[in-house]
Amino acid sequence: MSETADRVKKIVVEHLGVEADKVTEDASFIDDLGADSLDIVELVMAFEEEFGVEIPDDAAEKITTVKDAISYIDEHKG
Amino acid sequence: MRRVVVTGLGLVTPLGADVETSWANLIASRSGAGPITRFDASDQKCRIACEVKPADHAYGFDPSKRVDHKIQRQVDPFIIYGIDAAGQALEDAGLTEMTEAERFRAGCSIGAGIGGLPGIASESIVCHEKGPGRVSPHFVHGRLINLISGQVSIKYGLMGPNHAVVTACSTGAHSIGDAARMIAMDDADVMLAGGAEGAICPLGIAGFAQARALSTNFNDTPEKASRPYDRDRDGFVMGEGAGVVVLEEYERAKARGAKIYGEVIGYGLSGDAYHVTAPHPEGSGAFRSMEMAMRKSGLSLSDIDYINAHGTSTPLGDELELGAVRRLFGNAIGDLSMSSTKSAIGHLLGGAGAVESIFCLLAMRDQIVPPTLNLDNPSENCAGVDLVPHVAKKRPVRAVLNNSFGFGGTNASLVMKAV
Repeated sequence: MSETADRVKKIVVEHLGVEADKVTEDASFIDDLGADSLDIVELVMAFEEEFGVEIPDDAAEKITTVKDAISYIDEHKG
Repeated sequence: MRRVVVTGLGLVTPLGADVETSWANLIASRSGAGPITRFDASDQKCRIACEVKPADHAYGFDPSKRVDHKIQRQVDPFIIYGIDAAGQALEDAGLTEMTEAERFRAGCSIGAGIGGLPGIASESIVCHEKGPGRVSPHFVHGRLINLISGQVSIKYGLMGPNHAVVTACSTGAHSIGDAARMIAMDDADVMLAGGAEGAICPLGIAGFAQARALSTNFNDTPEKASRPYDRDRDGFVMGEGAGVVVLEEYERAKARGAKIYGEVIGYGLSGDAYHVTAPHPEGSGAFRSMEMAMRKSGLSLSDIDYINAHGTSTPLGDELELGAVRRLFGNAIGDLSMSSTKSAIGHLLGGAGAVESIFCLLAMRDQIVPPTLNLDNPSENCAGVDLVPHVAKKRPVRAVLNNSFGFGGTNASLVMKAV
């Protein structure tokens, strides 16, 4: 597992209060991890802080799974 | 009008995270006061408070018991205290599993005086230092006063009236009074009613201290600071926590064999129309509030055995309230007991009236009245009134009166009696 994946999963566990083993790469934030749309806004903000990336709203809307977040961050972080 | 009774209680206080622990510590004359631990208060004029104790304390509060992890992260402390106290009350009443039809007729009226001040203060720093794009998407609904009622209704599926009183330190009493009327007038059969507060933060302490409302002479002896009716009193001690009751229509409660703590039989409200923080110099608002509650109750003055006073330990307020009680009750004042439990738990602001109403109900249940701590030298105007100094007192308690007065000159009084 990549270092990005580890850090993303840690943030998801902390923000959503879910068990770490449920945060698989295929997990959907809304369908599998109990998030609502505002939780995703908050998660995106936490990713921006953690990785020093900007995630514009139109890109954030396409992040629906843990894997989507990891891929976006890996492609855009400096 | 339909009759309204109390069938469930919930408390989070500086003396305990549940009803029985808080009550036992109160009756044992314990104080919930101490140095402020939430933040570094060394530059504050007032450095003491009655904080809800952390989970590892002997009577500490564990938020995870009834509040989801995610919600704990999103909301201010007053909402967490309120959700927990509401859950306790529903569990106590045996009403956690109502049918959909019952839940259409069950609502919430749980307010606060200040609301999410700690979160507003900290998020304003985020906005200032990091910009608007870093403000939490949960900022607004994690701070709004009606979000205890909102969160509780969602958690338990309560689809009846959803209401939240905001009347400063009268909030808890108004919440119970208003909710009781909703049941009496057939808007609902069951109401969760009460108040909460969690405003112990730098801005909250500084604001009340600057308004000259807080005690500042007892920073080294916090347990001595809240001393209603004592001649050395110099302001209130801020408390925090929540009190919530289950109100239920009497015939419904009786039919299901519910445990009944008491009946809400009188509710009075008034405005001082005088000053934003100072009480009316003749206590006229307090008098009219109590007078209305007594008139609605249909009781005689001599039926009241216990008054839980507003009694915040401020130089002006305590004696004005006592003067109003004296004028209303006349000779009957010699037979009742009156105490201020703020001497032990501090002033819970929006939670005060609800927490203190619960203490009134427990006084009737156990036939014992809680003490006024630190009443070493009563002010001269206190003669001839049993203010229950220092220790709780066993006595008959058939009916009770609870007073709450708030900034803005808002007054509420509740009369309750055993069923």
